[in-house]
Amino acid sequence: MIADWPLLSLFVWLPIAGAVAVLVTGDRNAGAAKWLALIVALATLALCFPLWANFDTTTSAMQFVERTPWIAAFNIDYHLGIDGFSLPLLVLTSVVTVLVLIAGWEGIDYKPTQYVAAFLALAGLMNGVFVAQDALLFYVFFEGMLIPMFIIIGIWGGPRRVYATLKFFLYTFLGSVFMLLGLIYLYLKGQSFQLADMQAMTLSMSEQTWLFFAFLVAFAVKIPMWPVHTWLPDAHVEAPTGGSMVLAAVMLKVGGYGFLRFSMPIAPDAAAEYAWLIITLSLIAVVYIGFVALAQQDMKKLIAYSSISHMGFVTLGLFIAFALVLDKNAADTAALGVQGAMVQMISHGFVSAAMFGAVGVLYDRVHSRQIADYGGVVNTMPWYSAFVVFFAMANCGLPGTSGFVGEFMVILATVKMSLGVAALAGLTLILGAAYTLWLVKRVIFGDVANKHVAELTDLNAREWIVMSTLAFFVLLIGLWPEPLVQVMQTSVEALLQHVTTSKLIGIPG
Amino acid sequence: MGSEMITKTLLLTAALAPLLGAILAGLFGRQIGRAGAHSVTILGVAVSTAVSLYVLKLIAFDAHPAVNLSIYTWFEIGSIKAEVGFLVDALTATMMVVVTSVSLMVHIYTIGYMHDDDGYQRFFGYISLFTFAMLMLVMSNNFMQLFFGWEAVGLVSYLLIGFWYKRPTAIFANLKAFLVNRVGDFGFLLGIGLVLAYLGSLDYATVFAAAPTLVGQTFNPYGDVVWAVPTLICLLLFVGAMGKSAQVPLHVWLPDSMEGPTPISALIHAATMVTAGIFMVARMSPLFELSEAALSTILVIGSITALFMGFIGIVQNDIKRVVAYSTLSQLGYMTVALGASAYSAAIFHLMTHAFFKALLFLGAGSVIIAMHHEQDLRKMGGLRKYMPITFITAWAGTLALMGFPGTSGFFSKDAILIAVQHADRPGATFAYYSLLIGVAVTAFYSFRMLYLAFHGKERFGHGHDDGHHGHGHGHGDHKPHETPWVVTLPLILLAIPSLIIGGMTAGPMLFGTFFDGAIFVAEGREPLAAMAHEFEHGAIAFALHGFITLPVWLALIGAGVATYIYLLNPSIADKLHKGFGPIPRILERKYGFDELYQWLFARGSVGLGSVFWRVGDQALIDGVMVDGSASTVSRIAYVVRRLQSGYLFHYAFMMILGLIVIVGAFALLQ
Repeated sequence: MIADWPLLSLFVWLPIAGAVAVLVTGDRNAGAAKWLALIVALATLALCFPLWANFDTTTSAMQFVERTPWIAAFNIDYHLGIDGFSLPLLVLTSVVTVLVLIAGWEGIDYKPTQYVAAFLALAGLMNGVFVAQDALLFYVFFEGMLIPMFIIIGIWGGPRRVYATLKFFLYTFLGSVFMLLGLIYLYLKGQSFQLADMQAMTLSMSEQTWLFFAFLVAFAVKIPMWPVHTWLPDAHVEAPTGGSMVLAAVMLKVGGYGFLRFSMPIAPDAAAEYAWLIITLSLIAVVYIGFVALAQQDMKKLIAYSSISHMGFVTLGLFIAFALVLDKNAADTAALGVQGAMVQMISHGFVSAAMFGAVGVLYDRVHSRQIADYGGVVNTMPWYSAFVVFFAMANCGLPGTSGFVGEFMVILATVKMSLGVAALAGLTLILGAAYTLWLVKRVIFGDVANKHVAELTDLNAREWIVMSTLAFFVLLIGLWPEPLVQVMQTSVEALLQHVTTSKLIGIPG
Repeated sequence: MGSEMITKTLLLTAALAPLLGAILAGLFGRQIGRAGAHSVTILGVAVSTAVSLYVLKLIAFDAHPAVNLSIYTWFEIGSIKAEVGFLVDALTATMMVVVTSVSLMVHIYTIGYMHDDDGYQRFFGYISLFTFAMLMLVMSNNFMQLFFGWEAVGLVSYLLIGFWYKRPTAIFANLKAFLVNRVGDFGFLLGIGLVLAYLGSLDYATVFAAAPTLVGQTFNPYGDVVWAVPTLICLLLFVGAMGKSAQVPLHVWLPDSMEGPTPISALIHAATMVTAGIFMVARMSPLFELSEAALSTILVIGSITALFMGFIGIVQNDIKRVVAYSTLSQLGYMTVALGASAYSAAIFHLMTHAFFKALLFLGAGSVIIAMHHEQDLRKMGGLRKYMPITFITAWAGTLALMGFPGTSGFFSKDAILIAVQHADRPGATFAYYSLLIGVAVTAFYSFRMLYLAFHGKERFGHGHDDGHHGHGHGHGDHKPHETPWVVTLPLILLAIPSLIIGGMTAGPMLFGTFFDGAIFVAEGREPLAAMAHEFEHGAIAFALHGFITLPVWLALIGAGVATYIYLLNPSIADKLHKGFGPIPRILERKYGFDELYQWLFARGSVGLGSVFWRVGDQALIDGVMVDGSASTVSRIAYVVRRLQSGYLFHYAFMMILGLIVIVGAFALLQ
């Protein structure tokens, strides 16, 4: 039975082994290497089917568990498992990886095999982040993930790639050092690196507070939250198209995932105490960053800022849960918010991949990301323009697209907590539409602006596959979110149950 | 009830047939060709129209009970459930018939109007998609799907206003329309959020049943301020209606939407989509009836829109813009009816207006075709000789719009006036007089348009260059001519209900039990009782009686003044224009809303964004906070550049090394 295979290990090691195989194949056989990479990515994607089919939505316990001692001296296990939060993220990673390989099939002339190998390795490491149940294992994947991305931007990036790469590296690396310190503290206290043990561990309020902020630095940088977000636009601008797609689609999600795996369950009382801070930062992300996006002249910067703004809904949806359960006794509404945060992550994965992919399509042809260099693209690229308008609508949360579902859930849940907070978050309806559709107006609509636009050719078959696959998922989640919601529901309920139960009971003062 | 039933299959057919047509025409337009595109979409909408008529027949004549059924679960989180489903009662059935029948007429008309356009198939795809979205909106049984339809019609409106995407004005107008509507949707969504927060459901039936529990609940935003929850909910929901139904101050998008091709001005920006706000409030009547304060607000906003937008209609020279301002004004009438608790009168006026305004728009479009895409009334005149069918139907539409006794518009407008006259809530007196003046204004601008277009001297013939959007006819001094039958047939078919449907249906819709169960009016409120009394002797007697009522006389005065100025004594128009001092200029500037919004919101927010970006992100965060690390970055970059032997893999290697060192150090510490 396929269900008896070590599926999760395959999710991690199949792409990494594939990366090695691709490197061995070498640039001289670049064609064969690319096909090999694609086959490996498709095989990983195929693993999603048995995973999804055999996933038990009635339990919040970890499933498909694999566990063997790794570094016995420190109680570190090679421990993998997934629940409702991990599964959709694995699927997202697998889909995006295939699409990124297809999108970058041509146009990478410098060391093409290393390029595809980097993406395969990245996919394996990101999958590792989502399946690791041992904190140190998580940390290894969490850090390891930086390496291929660092290489992707550093080698195939734009003119200021060294600056962007180092900014990216410094931010994320410094952030995670604090997390490592937190994990070491927890290990010293509990003699275990098991995530479940850390979540169950009783901790005093001051311990929780230190841990909460240590984790916050790591995940706030990753997701990213204001004011530690400025590395993201720079990284995106310099990254090659594929790098931007993976960065936006999957890597940012690691931040949101970290909040609900580490910050909230390990330090629930501190999280409840400082929820107001996260909510405030989320609102700044939505409103302030929304305005900043409006002022951008570079398409990739605009979409990068748009990503930050959208991620504000993830942190908002997660952290309103405390007030909803503890003050309003509204567990179902809290679940709506957490579900909204998760749906927003998955949706943003597809939509942002599509938006960055779409910029890449133009960049491949004209070699400019400046909005001012375009205008009237619809005249020469009608199908491309149809896709762009579709994804733009998803980006501004039009019902029927996935972009709506998460925002809708989070805003509805927030109203129950505070109408004022919901009103500020709801401004995204106006701001998101303004920066997205103004971009569309300037780039897509209008008369042919210049001879570059006049010479554009519409999507080729390869680009068609990428755009239509992403459109399929955006539409599917938009029209029928229920399957996604059901996969997560039990885990959401368990998480809420856990994080709203104080760890302080029994601890004096 | 016999064996005939409103089934799930039947309703799905009504909703999905236009969607299928839209997909075929929109995505496979090249394969199926022009004839294929208009055939599949017209077939789809025709099926939908037939089903709608059948459903209306069952409900209106066969006493079929209301149908409330679920199609599928959109999401279910604990007790919070969002479904896709249909609620079909008298209100829904009426809307379905209005939407599908006007849509069908517009589909047929489009064959003629868009005949020479390169985007023929795309256009049919859009208008069929619109029909689907509008049906999802009116057939919904819950707030989620309502919002889906609400935004989906907004999307199609956006696509259609910008249909001629090469025109700078068109792509400005569609962005503006979308954003102004989003301001409305912002309020609407918060309103829906409050409904869920206080009533725990998104399902209409559950919400309406629980609505009375809202009475007396208060909301405390800050300090000692206390708001009534029902008022807060209703006002927020109404903000949505203000966006969609273009009420002051969110009206600014509708006149600009005339940049779209005329068929959609008729379908979307006159007959159906813009009335979605009216429909929504009527649908939510169990909520709105709970708040006198909200209803008063609605009353006042509606009357401001009705009167002041009518004034602007007087000075417009673009034939479509006259009709557009007329639409704004008439939407104000419907809104006033809602504010007076006369929901059925609002829906009744919505229906008659849909027919006569679609007729007027399509008539304007017919004129525009005949004039080779000239829209300036000052360059028309005397068209009655050349296009008799358009001329006669335009008269029919104008009479209905001014409320000439016996026409459909007469009954619906009178119902609103009488309801407001007898309403006793704050704002009702202001509303009543605004609407009365509005009646004269309506008649004046309608007749002005009629005379300028069809009567008087011919002011064309100077060879108009048609450079707008590739409609190359190669014409020059060609005389205007009557448009083809695909254009005139819809005009005739719309003229008939414009004249007679009001008289036929006023009885059951306004005073009968037709809307019972669909529209809720609080106990003791009888907004239409006074009219019911006068209506006892039937529609014809009521119409004859109309000749001795004030509104009709005001309408006749308005028409008479227009006749004097624009038909009998045209030279006086210019003198009058000067004689009124700054007033015509204020009207031509549309009270300055556009300039204000452009300056305050459009420029203001981009400017604010720039400041946030340059000062916040670049100067403060990157400059000050990260300054240390930024210079470190460049220093490290320099060092690393020296260190590296050409491959960035070394970085990676060093990082792994660093990781091992950290883990190792930690191992030693143990």
